[in-house]
Amino acid sequence: MNTPGPVSPIPTPEFGVEPGRGRVRFVLVRLRLMWRSFRNGWGIFMESRMGRVSLFTIITFALMAAAHPILMAFVWDPATYDPVTGYSFDQVEQPAPPSWKHLLGTDPLGRDVLSQLLYSTRSEFVLGITAALVTVGIATFVGAVAAYYGRLVDSFFMRLADLIIALPAISLLIVLSALFHLNLFYLALIIGVLGGFGGTAIILKSQALSIKVKPFIEAARVAGGGHFHIIFVHIIPHLLPLALLYMMFTVTSAIFAEAVLSFLGLLDLRMSWGIMIHTANTGGYLLGGTRYWWLIVPAGASITLLCSAFYLAGRALDEVVNPRLRRRND
Amino acid sequence: MVLTLFLIITFTFFLVQAQPGDYASFYVLNPDLPPEVKDEIRAAFGLDKPAWQQYVIHLKNTFTGNLGVSFGNFPRPVLDVLAERVPRTLVLFLTATAVSFYIGFFLGKAIAWRRGGLFEYAATISGAMLFTAFTPAFALMMIWVFAFRLGWFPVGKFLDPLVWRGADVSANYVFGNMLLSAAAFITFALLVMLCLKRFGRRVPSVAAVPIVLGGALVIMAAWALSGIGGLALDIVKHMVLPVATLTLISFAGTMLLTRNSMLETIREDYVMAARAKGLPDKQVRDRHAARNAMLPIVTSLVYSLIFAIDGSVIIESVFSWPGTGLTLLQAVRSEDLPLVMGAMLFIGMLSLLAHVIVDVLYVYLDPRIRYQ
Repeated sequence: MNTPGPVSPIPTPEFGVEPGRGRVRFVLVRLRLMWRSFRNGWGIFMESRMGRVSLFTIITFALMAAAHPILMAFVWDPATYDPVTGYSFDQVEQPAPPSWKHLLGTDPLGRDVLSQLLYSTRSEFVLGITAALVTVGIATFVGAVAAYYGRLVDSFFMRLADLIIALPAISLLIVLSALFHLNLFYLALIIGVLGGFGGTAIILKSQALSIKVKPFIEAARVAGGGHFHIIFVHIIPHLLPLALLYMMFTVTSAIFAEAVLSFLGLLDLRMSWGIMIHTANTGGYLLGGTRYWWLIVPAGASITLLCSAFYLAGRALDEVVNPRLRRRND
Repeated sequence: MVLTLFLIITFTFFLVQAQPGDYASFYVLNPDLPPEVKDEIRAAFGLDKPAWQQYVIHLKNTFTGNLGVSFGNFPRPVLDVLAERVPRTLVLFLTATAVSFYIGFFLGKAIAWRRGGLFEYAATISGAMLFTAFTPAFALMMIWVFAFRLGWFPVGKFLDPLVWRGADVSANYVFGNMLLSAAAFITFALLVMLCLKRFGRRVPSVAAVPIVLGGALVIMAAWALSGIGGLALDIVKHMVLPVATLTLISFAGTMLLTRNSMLETIREDYVMAARAKGLPDKQVRDRHAARNAMLPIVTSLVYSLIFAIDGSVIIESVFSWPGTGLTLLQAVRSEDLPLVMGAMLFIGMLSLLAHVIVDVLYVYLDPRIRYQ
């Protein structure tokens, strides 16, 4: 396959192709290459049991998140089933155990637990993915820039990362929640920024360092590519697989941080898994043990399952990105 | 080190500056106060000065140990509150970290050595579950099983008021003495180990066990005779469950990492050479493979220490253990700003300390590393 070299800002008339068409072909070839490496990686990912299990879990949760608005619009009556303001008038005693009408029972305030669970799933996904995107966006950029420029830029960002790693994140978030009103978006942003300038940046930087010394970077520089052209077109695409891996780990930590903070009652959210456990705990239902299992088991299990699914997906991706880890058939 | 501490102080100061409201708003928000009094209160807090001047004063006060007066525990200064709480956190945190690191390393070593067995599978799965388990829910489950159902340990808190009702000594006094004897015991155990090492290989290392145990017995006998042994036992009883929970959630990380690191080391040539020489299996594992696999684990010890600090904040709040984490949380809930800042400062210092310890360990483990 004739892969075109790096695009230089100078047009190349000796090949007889005007720059516009060359560009289209370049993009097409690149897309085909990406598709092929994606298919390769997908095969390796699906080969590992961890990968399949985690993907299945994540898709199940995504379907749950998607199901909630549909159920609310067509099946469930908002007055009874709204996750925050609904009230079940059928039972005399709240919390009521699971019944056909409320598959997971109701919470101490008479709200449907299943509806809360599904509603929270969506916000967990939004939180996790926003935080992961912010982290990876910042970390990829910082890592690439620090590795490319080296020296002062490098040492500045690395000392910053050391400082951030030294801060215990949950304690810091607790303090921040005292000072500011944290909602879902700010929380995602803060977790993202902390992760992006912290440990993830160090790992991506060390990867970027090994890319920086490859011949094609030198070729791009000889062809007249500017600093930003090299960083964005040549270094960052090679960082993306590793960045995807760390997105998974960030999702885990973001969901965990959210659950802890809302368990402590410090967040300004409508409903989340942590808040569900918080409600059950402040009502004193937890020491009832298995008697009120539907108040804690669904939410607690969801947190653990989704966190570990993203974590395992990360581990399975690790095998794709990092060929040394692949298990040989011995 | 000092620079980082300085940065943390600066960071917390500007955090307070950036938030809506200030120190005085705790008092000024009272609608009954006339405006002059409000101005006076603000002046008393030094809030009428420009920001840079406030910053200099803040720095000076922090370095001279003046962290202000806690609003929530009024006339007690923040430093006094923290001096009571910090040792309690330290004990919880250090015990749990040491135990979990040891267990994690030991198990990780074992499962890497016998790869592919049912034991490895079970350990990995349960480790990953514990690692990602939702800490508060897990802690509550532990309380439910061991404190509520089985009744082995108390549900939470630091001590049982019924036991302490007739006591004529304060809890801090007893706890301080407990800390002293624990420190003495650790020093003694280390000394014994060191002496045995000095005397060479003629004395088998098993000989250390009875000596150390004897030391432990002497200390326990001293406690039993002192008359406040029952009170100390009460504190220990309250300590078991939080420490066990913190250990369980934090050992898995070390275990999984040790396993990965060991798997890489086992493939090295020197391990094969050691085996080919005919060394016993255990010696190859412990002396040749595990020792070299330890370096990356020590690097990640920083992360697991930070993880344990965060975990101890959560666990203190679930078990109502009156340490720094619970103090931080209560201060946050009651908007006790000076105490929040003080507690955060101490938690930051704790994690800095963790960094330093890891650096020192690193030099000890890898003789090639030297700091100028």
